[in-house]
Amino acid sequence: MAREITYQTAINEALAQEMERDPTVVVFGEDVAGGMEAPGEDDAWGGVLGVTKGLYHKYPGRVLDTPISESAYVGAAAGAAASGLRPVAELMFVDFMGVCLDQIFNQAAKFRYMFGGKAKTPMVIRTMWGAGIRAASQHSQALYPIFTHIPGLKVALPATPYDAKGLLIAAIRDDDPVIFFEHKVLYDTKGDVPEEPYALPFGEANIVREGGDVTVVALGRMVSFAQEAAEALAGEGIDCEIIDPRTTSPLDEDTILESVENTGRLVVVDEASPRCGMASDIAARVAQEAFADLKAAPRMVTAPHTPVPFSPVLEDAYVPTAESIAAAVRETAGSGAPAPA
Amino acid sequence: MSTVAPPEAGQLTRDQLLEAYRVMRTIREFEERLHTEFATGEIPGFVHLYAGEEAIAAGVCAHLRSDDYVASTHRGHGHAIAKGCDVKAMMAEIYGRHTGLCHGKGGSMHIADLEKGMLGANGIVGGGPPLVCGVGLTARVKQTDQVAVSFTGDGGSNQGTFLESLNLAACWNLPCVFVIEDNGYAESTPPAFHQAGVDVAKRADGFGLPGVEVDGFDFFAVSEAAGEAVRRARSGAGASLLVCKVMRYYGHFEGDQQTYRGPVEVEELRAKRDCLDAFARRVTEAGVLEESDLTEIDAAARALLDEAVEEAKAGPDPSTDEVLSDVYVKY
Repeated sequence: MAREITYQTAINEALAQEMERDPTVVVFGEDVAGGMEAPGEDDAWGGVLGVTKGLYHKYPGRVLDTPISESAYVGAAAGAAASGLRPVAELMFVDFMGVCLDQIFNQAAKFRYMFGGKAKTPMVIRTMWGAGIRAASQHSQALYPIFTHIPGLKVALPATPYDAKGLLIAAIRDDDPVIFFEHKVLYDTKGDVPEEPYALPFGEANIVREGGDVTVVALGRMVSFAQEAAEALAGEGIDCEIIDPRTTSPLDEDTILESVENTGRLVVVDEASPRCGMASDIAARVAQEAFADLKAAPRMVTAPHTPVPFSPVLEDAYVPTAESIAAAVRETAGSGAPAPA
Repeated sequence: MSTVAPPEAGQLTRDQLLEAYRVMRTIREFEERLHTEFATGEIPGFVHLYAGEEAIAAGVCAHLRSDDYVASTHRGHGHAIAKGCDVKAMMAEIYGRHTGLCHGKGGSMHIADLEKGMLGANGIVGGGPPLVCGVGLTARVKQTDQVAVSFTGDGGSNQGTFLESLNLAACWNLPCVFVIEDNGYAESTPPAFHQAGVDVAKRADGFGLPGVEVDGFDFFAVSEAAGEAVRRARSGAGASLLVCKVMRYYGHFEGDQQTYRGPVEVEELRAKRDCLDAFARRVTEAGVLEESDLTEIDAAARALLDEAVEEAKAGPDPSTDEVLSDVYVKY
């Protein structure tokens, strides 16, 4: 039965249900228990934002705090996965990938290929991403394009509590390494989520809104911004179709291409910086595969090519907005062939 | 840190001694043969030879079961052989053949066989220690008494991954053994330059772990210390550090001109320190094995390598379709 819970609770519930179902699922990372051997162990923290609260006492020996040593414990996740566990390691902020990337992209991602198909590495790295809470340049980035670029990894970016639960359960059950991106601004957002466990398949986009004039592909927090823009544009007679790919690797290209075949116009919204990001990747794929269907050039709405700034005024100017998305849609709708009535 | 006095050769059974010699001789034969074959230009890519260091792989792996794991280095052939990987399939892998242990997808630097507990040679210096922490965690969570061993070079002893892993293994009380093979050079740079502070074995003290240094040319010394570390891990008492001092016989990679080495360094090592010679002397002088026991193994190793090279050369290449296979279990 569905009830309204937060994105954060949905993630906690997915972890708890999978730990309940499968004794090989283990959770570790900095502060995920949040007080092992500390005076307040009985009320362990459950992560800096409490996302893993309650798991430590419920699953003794399977929820472990780590030293602040991302290389060691992310590598341990790879070793544990290759030897029979399903570890869910938490990289508190994705910005910390810089200190442990080798263990992800040279080790976990490549075991299966390098070893001739003889290994599987069923691990998940949960990680917080995104701008919006004044966390400044080293705690706010949208680094999923880097992981999407790496063969052997899968990348999921839930936009809603429903997707968060279903994609995390799918990630844990997946036999390949998955980088699971949790947008920090979305943690408190609420939505309908079934109580029972369910897995959402990777590589299947969610058509968030159907429409015939312009295809808007949006990811993560940008999905709700695109919805806001679409509402405003509907009043102007522009009917947007919003597609949330939900996973960038694998990417559901078919759903995007089918939509563009119908609309002939594409706007891709990406909170990442513009070069070599998902926006440029999706725009390029569409340009190559659906050139004949396009009535106007694809447009990208992204953050600028800068680090994420701290000052609230600057950060707000950095992140794409419903207004900037609407402006791009108007531009593409008004260019090329005549806009639809 | 303590030093370990080599036990008497007679403390091991005849079968254990024969097996130890077989492993060391097979590794030596494999590496000497690769050195020769590489010079013909038929072997693609990078090859890093383990010759000279055989006593370490043999001495450590003598205490491991097939369900224990090792994580290796770019100089990984010796560890793979000692852990029981198929020698012919290894050679075919190094030639890039479909018949290779990894179907030609890995090569010398990524030889692996998880069924044998060989978690892979590793192209990244310091790549292995975190992985064995994970294997140790698997053993802990599944309540098995498996042990995980990482081999790392003297160069790797300076990687953050190594030091972080000692700490993590201590914090989580993991059944791990961290072996440092100090073979005289991190590529071309000697430990006298690249390792500051105390002897590496003493670095274990900082994490509350036992650290032991042994002569890496001496199978008996390695085996004694490794046996203790593996027993400690298997019993649940935690991780250990074992530093083996040795020198490699060849360059960092095949083709390395080794201008950084002394003029007669390797000749002297081969003449005075060789692990196989020392082993043979010990066991024959103690009267536990006969000269003929050893020459029989020598001949068998040579024959095995003759066949391995011949089959590897004649082996089929992978089909080009295989570029795309085994990236994911399912995508």
